[in-house]
Amino acid sequence: MSTETVASTTKKESLFSKKNRRLLVDPLDDSNPITVQVLGICSALAITVQLQQAVIMSLSVLFVMIGGNVIVSLLRNMIPDRIRIIVQLVVVASLVIIVDQVLKAFQPDISEKLSVFVGLIITNCIIMGRLEAFALANKPGPSFLDAIGNAMGYAWILLAVSVVREVFGSGAISLPGMGQIKFLPSSWFMSEGGFYENNNLMILPPMALITVGIIIWIQRSRNQALIEEN
Amino acid sequence: MAIDKNSTGYTFLFSIAMVVVVGTALAFTALSLKDRQDANAADKKMIDILGAIGVKADRSNASEIFAEYVVERIAIDLEGQQVSSTKEPVNPKDKTDPFSIDVKKDYRSSVKSAAKSADGDDAALMAALADEGLTFPLFQCVTDADQNLYVIPVVGSGLWGPIWGYVALEDDMKTIFGAKFDHKTETPGLGAEIRESFFTEKFKGKQLDVEGATLFSVLKGGAPTDEYSVDGITGGTITSKGVDEMMNRTLKVYLRYFQSETRAQR
Repeated sequence: MSTETVASTTKKESLFSKKNRRLLVDPLDDSNPITVQVLGICSALAITVQLQQAVIMSLSVLFVMIGGNVIVSLLRNMIPDRIRIIVQLVVVASLVIIVDQVLKAFQPDISEKLSVFVGLIITNCIIMGRLEAFALANKPGPSFLDAIGNAMGYAWILLAVSVVREVFGSGAISLPGMGQIKFLPSSWFMSEGGFYENNNLMILPPMALITVGIIIWIQRSRNQALIEEN
Repeated sequence: MAIDKNSTGYTFLFSIAMVVVVGTALAFTALSLKDRQDANAADKKMIDILGAIGVKADRSNASEIFAEYVVERIAIDLEGQQVSSTKEPVNPKDKTDPFSIDVKKDYRSSVKSAAKSADGDDAALMAALADEGLTFPLFQCVTDADQNLYVIPVVGSGLWGPIWGYVALEDDMKTIFGAKFDHKTETPGLGAEIRESFFTEKFKGKQLDVEGATLFSVLKGGAPTDEYSVDGITGGTITSKGVDEMMNRTLKVYLRYFQSETRAQR
């Protein structure tokens, strides 16, 4: 017990040490869960039609990720090895249910649009992956940072993709609680006798894949270390 | 401490403790958010009912607009007799309010299996459901043009899960004024299209065949349609059939009400 307290004080001092900063920054670029590890890509493709959905989804994943990582990290010395995956699953599933219930109560419209994808956060590989690979072997402090890092790595890709898709696909940007803000006067649209037409292809699922592909392309040409040798 | 983390006893104790903690947390969350969720569900229901009569509403003004257009809420039984009616403002917590009748729950718990075994035979269905004490809600609305409309909730089964909707009838009780359908898990691009306006538009102005054997048909893709039928969704045959089935089954109940004595006296 006494060693625990000593450990936690030293941990506090080094919370923003170089090593811990890497936990936070690495997943944004070098080990991004979506573009480098290609995890959690299913939801990234499915809910990026509108920015507001992506924002809510990112916040949900951030909450589940932090909660899951910290709880599992706190329990890491108590969890029996044989049932550790089930324990992780129970922790993640309960957090996801809480998120789902809160969304249904406070953001019913977005909850309806996200439909099954909130529930599917449970199966998001990023979360189970971080619990198993990091939280189970590290203290709550670093686990907390690791959770934020990975959730943000997931979030910025989601936000970037959804901004591209919504701007070109709907000619608008939407934020939770603010509705959709249109850029162009409606008289510019062809249906109103104008010259502009939204690119419907951007709304369709394949464009999410292509947009993520372009992000990966830019990332790799900027960061040559990510390119595998054959 | 000398506890063997991997012993069977510890594993069991850990699991039990975990379940208790998690169960409590979830129960607490569900209970504390229930009121808000119910209010949201009631708003959604109002928006859908108003959608069937072509009135747009959103969550911020649903209850005001609902109160403005829906003048009376009626509950009828399986034989078409009126059980209760109210013109008071909607109170989602009042279980006797026809608005609170949960047709989806009734469908799940009793109507679904009965409808399956009756296989379209209305008399058999009535016999099977006779003891269930089911009630069916009916919403009487008045439009801006002083037209009387009757909105009827319908529930049925699609390919993967439940489908439901609202059908609005005109004052003659057989012309369809409008319809709105929704689903939970139908195939995107196929069965899921029943919620789209291109499909629901087709119902406008169609007739119910009051004298015929089937009231209304949703036909398989491409078949010629008459005033008593619409074209179903190509590739969504089972979902279209579900729409067909739920409309025929439910509207027959309401038809008995429209033709009954209570109705004539009004």
